Amino acid sequence: MTTAPAAELLTRDPDDFEEPRRRRHVVWSVIRTQPQATIGAVVLLAVVVVAALAPYIAPYGERERVGDVFEAPSSEHWLGLDDAGIDMLTLMLHGARVSLIVGFAAALVSMLIGGAIGLLAGYFGGKTDIILMRVTDYFIVIPDIPLMLVVAAIWGRSLTNIILIIGLIYWTTTARVIRAQVKSVRERVYVKRARALGAGHGRVLSKHVLPQVAPLLVAITVLSIAVAIFAETAIAFLGLGDPTLISWGKLIENAFSRSAISVDAWWAIVPPGLAVVVVVLACTMVGRALEDSLNPRLRVGHLSVRHFRLRNLGGEEAR
Amino acid sequence: MTGNGSGPLLEVEGLVTRYAVPRGIVGALASRPREWVHAVEGVSFRLRRGEMLALVGESGCGKTTTAQSILRLVDSDAGAIRFDGTDITRLSHRNLRPLRRRMQLIYQDPYESLDPRFRVRGIVEEPLLVHGIGSKEERREEAERALELAGLTPPGLYLDRYPHELSGGQRQRVAIAASLVLHPDLLVADEPVSMLDVSVRAGILALLDDLRARGLAILMITHDLSTAARYADRIAVMYLGRIVEEGPAREIVDNPQHPYTRALLSVVPRPDPRERVVPEILRGETPNPVHVPAGCRFHPRCPMAIPECQDVDPELRTPAAASTERHRAACIRV
Amino acid sequence: MRGVSLAIEGGERFGLVGESGSGKTTTILAVMGLLPPNASVAGRVLLDGQDVLARGEASARPHRWRDIAMVFQGAMNAFNPVKRVGDQIAEPMELHGVAEGREAERRVADLLERVGIPPERGSRYPHEFSGGMRQRAAIAMALACNPKVLLADEPTTALDVMVQAQILELLTALANDFGLAVVLVTHDLPVVAQVCSRAAVMYAGEIVETGPVDALHHEPRHPYTRLLYAATPDLHGTGELASIPGAPPRLDRPIAGCPFRPRCDRAFAPCAEEHPALLGVGPGREAACHLNTAVREVSA
Repeated sequence: MTTAPAAELLTRDPDDFEEPRRRRHVVWSVIRTQPQATIGAVVLLAVVVVAALAPYIAPYGERERVGDVFEAPSSEHWLGLDDAGIDMLTLMLHGARVSLIVGFAAALVSMLIGGAIGLLAGYFGGKTDIILMRVTDYFIVIPDIPLMLVVAAIWGRSLTNIILIIGLIYWTTTARVIRAQVKSVRERVYVKRARALGAGHGRVLSKHVLPQVAPLLVAITVLSIAVAIFAETAIAFLGLGDPTLISWGKLIENAFSRSAISVDAWWAIVPPGLAVVVVVLACTMVGRALEDSLNPRLRVGHLSVRHFRLRNLGGEEAR
Repeated sequence: MTGNGSGPLLEVEGLVTRYAVPRGIVGALASRPREWVHAVEGVSFRLRRGEMLALVGESGCGKTTTAQSILRLVDSDAGAIRFDGTDITRLSHRNLRPLRRRMQLIYQDPYESLDPRFRVRGIVEEPLLVHGIGSKEERREEAERALELAGLTPPGLYLDRYPHELSGGQRQRVAIAASLVLHPDLLVADEPVSMLDVSVRAGILALLDDLRARGLAILMITHDLSTAARYADRIAVMYLGRIVEEGPAREIVDNPQHPYTRALLSVVPRPDPRERVVPEILRGETPNPVHVPAGCRFHPRCPMAIPECQDVDPELRTPAAASTERHRAACIRV
Repeated sequence: MRGVSLAIEGGERFGLVGESGSGKTTTILAVMGLLPPNASVAGRVLLDGQDVLARGEASARPHRWRDIAMVFQGAMNAFNPVKRVGDQIAEPMELHGVAEGREAERRVADLLERVGIPPERGSRYPHEFSGGMRQRAAIAMALACNPKVLLADEPTTALDVMVQAQILELLTALANDFGLAVVLVTHDLPVVAQVCSRAAVMYAGEIVETGPVDALHHEPRHPYTRLLYAATPDLHGTGELASIPGAPPRLDRPIAGCPFRPRCDRAFAPCAEEHPALLGVGPGREAACHLNTAVREVSA
């Protein structure tokens, strides 16, 4: 077989090939070079672990009355007692579980809805895009608190309902960002090539488009977790949360309605509030770092004065 | 290979493809007349098996749109495209599918045409997967065979690589292998080497030449006349959506008749400084394909234009000074 | 980049040829003092005898654009879409204190004419210009402060061959009529052959051969130069087109001997051990290849 000589390939040493960089390596190197994100990730991980182990490490029962109303912190009760004489630390640990579950679950719902809508709108364009974006616009406009009031009144205040509401209100950002990226990925030559080959939409979407937007989707979802936890806190604080479950928002609500402030019982309000802030901050730091490195539209390196990056019009000089 | 092997593999007749220029809301409300980009305005040619035709021209001449129209990636507005005897101009995409396997496209940019998340194995096997051909083992065998044909030996060295680990030339060979795996009859190569280093181009071009010798019909789109002169059997020069001159490659290059071709050839830089020719530099730039000049589309820039050229839109016919009948030019003055 | 030395006269058109990764863009960026902070630069850039890089940024700045100007690769796409072209050409004038206001406007009109753009187009926006005209505008911007040296990085790569001819004609005229020294950086050998009087060929960050373009084509003294010409198609040429096997070496590892050895068709014993120095091989000609010294020894 007289093939055209692969002359330029004969001297390419097998050792010359770089080790294929796995996706995980990319994410890890990002986190490593960004201390903010690393701190956020560590904090988040710690909170998740603690929440998971709550039933085992909580010093007392979450309904166990162990002392007086609003008893001050002591060596036995590090965070004092709440209005029903229950250990605050225990409540905090149990509350973490609900807050985090709602946060993660709602973020997942918004990722699924927003991701799907963004993917379809960006890929198909045309009428599909217009219709989906109209729907998105309507959802952006819906005010969250009144909606929660309505849902709570009509369908009751269950955990599932809360997760669904939060997920249904906050998917819009995800949808818009994903749509933008999908639109740009769709124009890439390898996608056009797959279509020219005769690949159906399903294959192109799942094999060529989705892998390109997945990292960004993850980044946005992490940010959504922050938003969801905050939303859950607000809902619980307004008394619209599940009355049978303890969450950080509920703890704040309890303290508020039982006038903890007038008896200077800061330990009833500050810890849950602080906890929410810390977790939201941690999620935001990780999410922003991921987004910065994955969303090409946010790249502002070219505005920096000192660096010159030249794009080569043909070849590998500046790659 | 189905179909009779004697007639031309590809026949294009009077192909016309236009794009609408988007008017925007204001334009639509003001009922501004719709404008059209006349990308392809009546292109006809034939291509046989084992033949390489170079479609040459500057940007905006319509060569890429012609290729896309032939492959039915873009719907044309008039004319006929016949592939191995079958008229595919208006064929539905479902009926087109089996024929699509027999015509493949190689893209210009080897750095963008391969999915960076796919390994070479995945890229080369994908066409087989899409068309549901062969078992897993058969696909792997076909992929290896295709890689070898494309000059990537031993194939085992390349199957598990990612595109970013390969050089530009290697990536282009992977792309070629991926198109060979379906055993096509027609290969459309859109500027296959323009983004590669000079030292690597000959390898890829020799590969295409080799494939041509094996019976593939190759339509090469290029702006590089030197490459076309060296490798193509025939050259067709396009200007503003029309073929203005076509014929055997050497004849076109040594004995150009159309004033546009002559000007184009005179400005191609030659590697030998002793062969500097006084370039016939045309003033201005190619006009916008939205406003095609009346009469001969080249007359505003033509150094040989006469008043009649504004009225007559010349047909392709054999010029007086041509060496062979197969050499045709669209000019009333030759 | 290693040990790159060039000498260019006023009004000369000098070609810097190399494929991707050869270091040609890095060379002219270094001359302008525009490399990123993680680059370390050694050596001198003498302008009329004065070292421009002597004190780093402080000494480079006053000369930048005033004496040495650059047309970047893809410059025609680097225009600010929301500013008028004329204003953008005037910008360097104002920045370097060469002219401002009315005076700047007058100079801009003058420049536009010089590069072949009707002066009234200066009040238009970049998107109203074609690719070729934007490249001319980029050249005008480089000429804003009347430099002595113009470094053009792939000025015609993305352009059609007819427009390319127009731009090359412009650069030739600028060199001839205004004594502007033009350094044309490109991978396109025929362009250099057409426009330049002398050229240097770069490979793996080094200069491997310099000389008049005629000599480079007809009597190359480095195998890479010879092979590069052999790989370049000629419109009226016949015969096999060569391709050079292998790939350029990685520059992050130390290279023993000649960097071109793995791909060379005439490599012999010393090539693997000793790095060939750039030596004179004739009047105005230099080459870095052991073959030249070997021949001399044989004939001695």
